[in-house]
Amino acid sequence: MTEFGLRLAISLTQIAAVMGIVVITVLILTLAERKVLGWMQDRMGPMEVGPYGILQPFADAIKLFFKEDIIPAGANKFLFTVAPILCLIPAFIGFAVIPWGPNQTFEVNGITVRPFVISDINIGILYILAFASLGAYGIILGGWASNSKYSLLGGLRSAAQIISYELNVGLSIVGVLILAGSLSLVKITDAQAGGFWNWYLFALPAPQIFAFVVYVISSVAETNRVPFDLPEAESELVAGFFTEYSGLRFAFFFLAEYANMVLVSCVAAALFLGGWNAPYPGTILALIGLPSLAWVENIMWFAVKTYSFLFLFFWLRATLPRLRYDQLMRFGWKVMLPIALGNIVVTSLAVFFYQQMK
Amino acid sequence: MSQLFFGYFAGMIAMTAMLVVALRNPVYSALSLLVMFFHVAGLFITLHAEFLAAVQIIVYAGAILVLYLFVVMLLNVKQDDRYHGQWRIAGFVCVPLLIESIVLLSGGTEAADPGNRSLQSGPLDATAVGDNTLAIGKILFSTYLFPFEVASLVLLVAMIGAIVLAKRDIGENDT
Repeated sequence: MTEFGLRLAISLTQIAAVMGIVVITVLILTLAERKVLGWMQDRMGPMEVGPYGILQPFADAIKLFFKEDIIPAGANKFLFTVAPILCLIPAFIGFAVIPWGPNQTFEVNGITVRPFVISDINIGILYILAFASLGAYGIILGGWASNSKYSLLGGLRSAAQIISYELNVGLSIVGVLILAGSLSLVKITDAQAGGFWNWYLFALPAPQIFAFVVYVISSVAETNRVPFDLPEAESELVAGFFTEYSGLRFAFFFLAEYANMVLVSCVAAALFLGGWNAPYPGTILALIGLPSLAWVENIMWFAVKTYSFLFLFFWLRATLPRLRYDQLMRFGWKVMLPIALGNIVVTSLAVFFYQQMK
Repeated sequence: MSQLFFGYFAGMIAMTAMLVVALRNPVYSALSLLVMFFHVAGLFITLHAEFLAAVQIIVYAGAILVLYLFVVMLLNVKQDDRYHGQWRIAGFVCVPLLIESIVLLSGGTEAADPGNRSLQSGPLDATAVGDNTLAIGKILFSTYLFPFEVASLVLLVAMIGAIVLAKRDIGENDT
């Protein structure tokens, strides 16, 4: 029983650490988004709270905690309460299978511990897709339970949008899965070791450049970000599905959106950009005689890739206007879907002939 | 332990499946269907079929049920409009099923065992290796290739049919 207890303690520690990192990342993102948008629009962004405005996220968090929690008249109380939680849990649960660092193990009292991934299950990427698709429930139920037409319309838009673009996300990943021959994120990142020419974005039998573009665009749409933020289009729908939410419940939706952004960035880094692998073979720290510290460099590369994606999200928001709804649907089904399907055919043929030649 | 899990999942599936038809509010019905899908996925996991579990959630919970919810919310169905009081038909269907299950359960285990063994032998041996996804792929594209293709054809026909029904005005005012 002590072995079970130890296992449990290790797992809980890992989960707590990952949750902590994600929440801190979200805090940084809220400030970074406003700062980046500010610089891109040639202004300063938040400057009042703390030096250079860096304490702004904490001020926002405290404000949200102490705001009055309003449940609108005629709202379905149960679903109104459950919806933000339903939105938040799927956003966080996906991080369980993301490998943050090299696939090392060490032993504690005869138990093998993998410090940089909570759980390496052999359907890792499907697990993430499954829970990402559940995030739609929180949004659609939140919109319905608010008993407001703006919320309802926002929720319905979001449901249609998430279903359409989830398909493209799933199909764009298939090429990588064909190349890697596995659904486990740990194995997929391991297979991309040894320089950026081994990353699946550039890897030889079939570079996944088109799939990568489809993935990035679809993941922006799936996280309801500009230019695909129709579920919360403020010029038409006030604030979309969370119009009636305030205080902590609103904070949950907010947290879920940003956690989802971090999650899709992590998946993009792991699938297409080699995850924690450096763009050169091996690591510099191992070369100068510190192989035991190589994981620091690997984790740093993972963070760099993830944060570049997050920067891309802000960049898009500052650059592009919102699409119209029919444009959004036409783009998803008539442009993205054929590209993703074509990529699967090309990748399968390339891998088949590559293996024949060998 | 696995018996305990099976009991929990089976019980929850039976209960939530009944709630789907018994609840008055169609949104709650859809939600209990969601809970049911989750427990079916759990049942797949106890059978070491992780791939099926994930697909179950992605396809049914993630796509199909969201569309159901979509329709339910758009139509805003009142409870009067739904079909209630169908106890006679329900009884007509359920009583034979109940008798069947009692006969099966009381019939002892020797009748059920050979079926189990035949399932576990043959091509399904690949599941013993541990990669359930690989096993399913191999079986689907070798032993069951023809039924698989027929199923996809049927789905294609259904899809075209749905489009034709939804777009009656195709060709009249093509914009």
